Formats: sequence, structure tokens, C-alpha cells
Amino acid sequence: MNGVHDMGGMHGMGAVAPEKDEPVFHEEWEARVYALTRVVRAGAGRWNIDAGRYEIERLPPAEYLRMSYYERWAARLRIQIVKMGLVTQAEIDNGSPAGRSARSTPLLTAAMVPAMVARRISTKRDVRVRATFKPGQRVRARNIHPTGHTRLPRYARGRLGTIIADRGVFVFPDTNAEFLGEKPQHLYSVRFTARELWGDRASRRDFVYLDMWDDYLERV
Amino acid sequence: MGNAKKGPVAQDHDHDHQHQAVPSDVALRVKALESLLVEKGLVDRAALDAVVDSYEKKIGPRNGARVVARAWVDPAYKKRLLADPTAAIAELGYSGGQGEDMVVLENSPKIHNLVVCTLCSCYPWPVLGLPPVWYKSAPYRSRAVIDPRGVLREFGLDLPEDVEVRVWDSTAEIRYLVLPERPAGTEHLREESLAALVTRDSMIGVTKVSPPQAGGRA
Repeated sequence: MNGVHDMGGMHGMGAVAPEKDEPVFHEEWEARVYALTRVVRAGAGRWNIDAGRYEIERLPPAEYLRMSYYERWAARLRIQIVKMGLVTQAEIDNGSPAGRSARSTPLLTAAMVPAMVARRISTKRDVRVRATFKPGQRVRARNIHPTGHTRLPRYARGRLGTIIADRGVFVFPDTNAEFLGEKPQHLYSVRFTARELWGDRASRRDFVYLDMWDDYLERV
Repeated sequence: MGNAKKGPVAQDHDHDHQHQAVPSDVALRVKALESLLVEKGLVDRAALDAVVDSYEKKIGPRNGARVVARAWVDPAYKKRLLADPTAAIAELGYSGGQGEDMVVLENSPKIHNLVVCTLCSCYPWPVLGLPPVWYKSAPYRSRAVIDPRGVLREFGLDLPEDVEVRVWDSTAEIRYLVLPERPAGTEHLREESLAALVTRDSMIGVTKVSPPQAGGRA
């Protein structure tokens, strides 16, 4: 979707403001939101990383820009636990459980956390899928504007690039985000000149590399 | 609400973020959510503590710094790191969520790599921990791809025009780690001392690693 999250190339956002000796979390609640999200994801079903990103992208644009990073996570968590069927919206609004049916075992215990943190959840798939493109080949990023989730940023659409590597077969986010299947396909590293993306004022020596799935690309 | 969302910007205070005498609205709402999930038996508070502890104390940029230092002192390791990064990083004990499929980008005097995620906040957790606020912020995400040299200057790095700049937008589940250049004058240093020089920012690619006497942020 052409959302405000797709920020590459936008103007007016101000200067980057690095903070000296920045803590991992600035406030206690940020740490709790992070941990709650990890625990709920790890322990409950019907979840994948693309669906999680899509949820944040669908926050109202003005809200998205107003919120801090972990405020977005908190908003997403409230939406997702209802969608997952873990709690009802009424329970969130009332702040207390509706029934007496508390679970006897939590989604995740402290003893399970080290394994959860170390778990590799690769979206690479060991399946045979034909690669449409080869390293060295010129390609064009498709000029598509899907209303759902996509990882093809607006700034690259319609632009010419060169395949520099085939990363293997990976889950396709556009379908996975809506639980419409993994549609595994080849993922490539594609190199674009800054001039192709941004015009003649860009440096000749600047390049932008994007990871792009087969379905994002067309032959030149 | 205002305090929490304003990115910390103060330069000359030890302690940038503002403490709040009264819990903010968002803090109260998160507390209520946690209590609800605990009361429903879904969430164990000790598990939450364990997750926070992992990312505050165990998983952070010191991990990546050890990878970089090893690559600087051990040419065979560096070769493996560039050829099969995920496995080479796991050799040192670092793997897990958001580091499943790693790519290492080597900086040189003629090529400078810089990593961004314009669409969200993708970042290699096992080697760098959770990303800093600026990395997830609109200014960095919007500008890194269109004005990388301007962004680098704000970090104090003014690259000569003949240096090639490569910006890597993390649009998939590949996670990138920059292998910065080993600074001059460190030939005598051992691996541990070298690791102490390697900063988080140098592994994102927004700075170089400073030699010890230059007083760089280590």
C-alpha cells in the first residue's frame, strides 16, 4: 500500500538526531510492549512477520507519524491480540477478563525465553522454484501500486536496475501478510544507480541496493 | 504524551530523556494491557522480564564488534564471514531472530556501505541488538536513500566524492552487517582491544571506526 511508512526519498522529516549512550529502552513501558509482543507472537498461532508489519502500516497515517516507535507496537499489540482471539475488545476496554476461564499455563514461560530468543525463523524455503533472472541481468521494478502489503518501495517502482545476486527462495510478503500463502520465489539483490532513482543531481558514485522478489521485477 | 514521542535530541546532557513525575497515558495503557494478559493466564511476568533482560544485557552491538575484530585479525575467518556470513557469525555464538539470513558488507577506502530500512525498522538483532531511535526515525528512513552523503556528514563523516556509496535498503529478511575498515595504527592491538574500538554506528555504516587516540566513541 502507498502508505506513510514507505518513507524512502521523502523530504521535510528533519535532521537525524543520534543520542549519545542511548539506552535499549527509554521507558519501562517500551520494554514491556516489546516483551509482550515477542511473547504473544511466540506463543500464539496465526502470526507471521509480514502480517505484523502490515498491521502497523494500516494505522491511520496521521497517527503513524505522531506515534513513537513503541507506541506503534502497543497499538499493533492491542489489535493483534483481538484478531488472534486471545482477548476481546471489551476486555481491553474494561481492563479485566470477562470470564473465569484463565489459562493454567502461559503462552511462554521464563524458561522458554532463551530458546525463543535464539530461534531462527528463516523465511528462506528449500523448494525448487525457477529463477526468472540471473545475476548481471538488467531488470525493471514493476510499476505496481497494490493496496495490500508490499515490500517494493515507491521510489524504486518503474526504475531500471541490475541483478547482483540471487539470495535464494524466500516467502513472498505480499501474500503472506494476509495469510494467502507463502508463494515462495527467488529473492534478488538489485542495484540501482542513484541517478536512475533520483535524477541528475545525484552523485554518479552513489548506488542503492534493494532486495526484490521475482514478482517485483520484469524483463527489460 | 508529548515527552515519550519526542526523540531525544539533547547533545550536552548525560541523560537525554525526560523523566516523568506522572506515568504517561501510554504507560498506563500498557500496564493495563499487561495486567489483563497476566490475569487471563496468557502471559507470565517472569517471561517478560527474561525477554527484556536478554536485549538489555546480552544481545547488543558488543556481539557484532567481536565479529568485526575477529575478521580483522583472522583472514580465514574473514573469508568465511564474507562467503557464509550467517554460519561464520554463529561460530562466535550469535544467531537467532532477525539474524537468520545475514549478509556482510565490507567497507574499503573506495567503497562505503550504509544500511537502512526505509519501510520499517529491519536490523540484525543477534549482532547489533535492538536498533537506536534514530535508525527507526523518519529522518533517517527518508533521507538515507536520497541523500546518503548528507546523512553521513551529520554523523561527522565527510566522504570524498570519489568514494562509492552503497546504500542497502533492507526490504526483505536479509539482514546486513557492515564490516568497517580497520583503523590505521592498530596493528599492535589484540582482538579484544580492537573489539572495544568497534562502534554500533560503524557497523550500520554511518561512521568509520576511529583509531584509539582519536577519542572516537568506542
